[in-house]
Amino acid sequence: MSFPEELHYTPSHEWVRIDGDVGTIGITDYAQKELGEIVYLEMPEVGHVFNADDEFGTVESVKAVSELYTPVSGEVVEVNKAAVAEPGIVNDDPFGDGWLIKMKLTTDEEVGKLMTAEQYASYVQQEEKER
Amino acid sequence: MSAPARATTLKRTPLYDLHRELGAKLIDFGGWEMPVQYSGILEEHRAVRERVGIFDVSHMGEFEFTGEGALASLQWLTPNDVARLTDGRCHYSAFLTERGTFVDDLLVYRKAADAYMLVVNASNTPKDFDWAKARARGNVHVDDASERYALLAVQGPRAAGLVSRLCAEDPSGLAYYSFLETSVLGTPALVSRTGYTGEDGFELYLAPQGAARVFRGLLEEGRGDGATPCGLGARDTLRLEARMALYGNDIDDTVTPWEADLGWIVKMKKGDFLGRGALERQKAEGVPRKLVGFEMVDRGIARHGYPAHTAQGEGVVTSGTHSPTLGKPIGLAMLPAGAAGIGTEFEVDIRGRNAKARVVETPFYKRPKEAR
Repeated sequence: MSFPEELHYTPSHEWVRIDGDVGTIGITDYAQKELGEIVYLEMPEVGHVFNADDEFGTVESVKAVSELYTPVSGEVVEVNKAAVAEPGIVNDDPFGDGWLIKMKLTTDEEVGKLMTAEQYASYVQQEEKER
Repeated sequence: MSAPARATTLKRTPLYDLHRELGAKLIDFGGWEMPVQYSGILEEHRAVRERVGIFDVSHMGEFEFTGEGALASLQWLTPNDVARLTDGRCHYSAFLTERGTFVDDLLVYRKAADAYMLVVNASNTPKDFDWAKARARGNVHVDDASERYALLAVQGPRAAGLVSRLCAEDPSGLAYYSFLETSVLGTPALVSRTGYTGEDGFELYLAPQGAARVFRGLLEEGRGDGATPCGLGARDTLRLEARMALYGNDIDDTVTPWEADLGWIVKMKKGDFLGRGALERQKAEGVPRKLVGFEMVDRGIARHGYPAHTAQGEGVVTSGTHSPTLGKPIGLAMLPAGAAGIGTEFEVDIRGRNAKARVVETPFYKRPKEAR
């Protein structure tokens, strides 16, 4: 399982990569493994504005539906159409080609509240132990 | 991402350790700790459609009806005509309430004129046993034999070749819904040409002590065939493509065989049976709602329990998934009879969003002729 250093993580297993005032958001390697083969993504419209921790879409495997939550506040500026058309990309490359949405951040103050790679790795370890 | 909850104190099949060893993901299925998948639902589904898959379904319940009153008793307890069965044949049937609704759906095997085996759904086993025991008539002994059987399903176009190589007697000549009592890899086995996937295949009722050996043996012998261990996840997508009902989802004690499009298991001419009066009345009055197959017109996967809005009133999605074979969402819904015609459009409330769906012909998948 990988935990890229440069990303920021949520307890609900989303990640965000910050590039200036744009955040790219996806689900983690651990999340895609837990879900199994992803067959459907429901993504928001470009222009939609979310607060941090809002539900911004859903990801579905054959068996289950999971809600997705925004790590930060902002406006959706791009949706990964390739992933919507072929959700298996999210399984294959969750931190790369399998990204979900890009948001223009409302503030740069929220990112600091998210988990670092190291914190998230131990959080996942704990979660696995509790099962 | 939201996480699923977990449960405790689950029953295990004789294959539990093997599932762990094979890296299965285990879930609570009706009180049983069962493999939902090994390599992945889509891959396992494909293995069964194209090659051969091996399932542990030992959680299913088995009852034995013996004695000279067994036939009469089963004629009373089930709607299909047990008198039509000969030795070595089985059929699909049910236990019905006085209201004509499903207590459970099941298989009836005739081993001999005075010896039958019934196979019931795992989570219904205690309920069914009490129900049958209280209503069995005459000189019959009803026994819950569930602990004495492990059950493996070997399903797919290469199942017959694989099973025949391990079986003491060649079962590849068996007709669909026939069985023989023989042995597999030295383990006593009832080998039945039945299944819940829409493919050719067998179900092997085994002495529990031999089950793990047979499961391993099938995997080893079937390596060249691409034999794949399969979990309940693929079993569910396979059965839904084949439009086989799942108790607790598509049928339950509020649904009659007429409503579920399972009228063929009801033989009104055979004489009296439990639920007959109610079924007669419903047939005369007309069926108020029907279980239909549907595809999504709009994007989205309609799942079990989602409300359905039709021009004729409210309905509900009873099963829904992504069909691995068709590559699109499919499902079954209980709709008002007036909205059940092929081609009728309706809306499914997918977590607050209304998405259009259309009633279609079923089964969604039918195996190619040459594979039969």
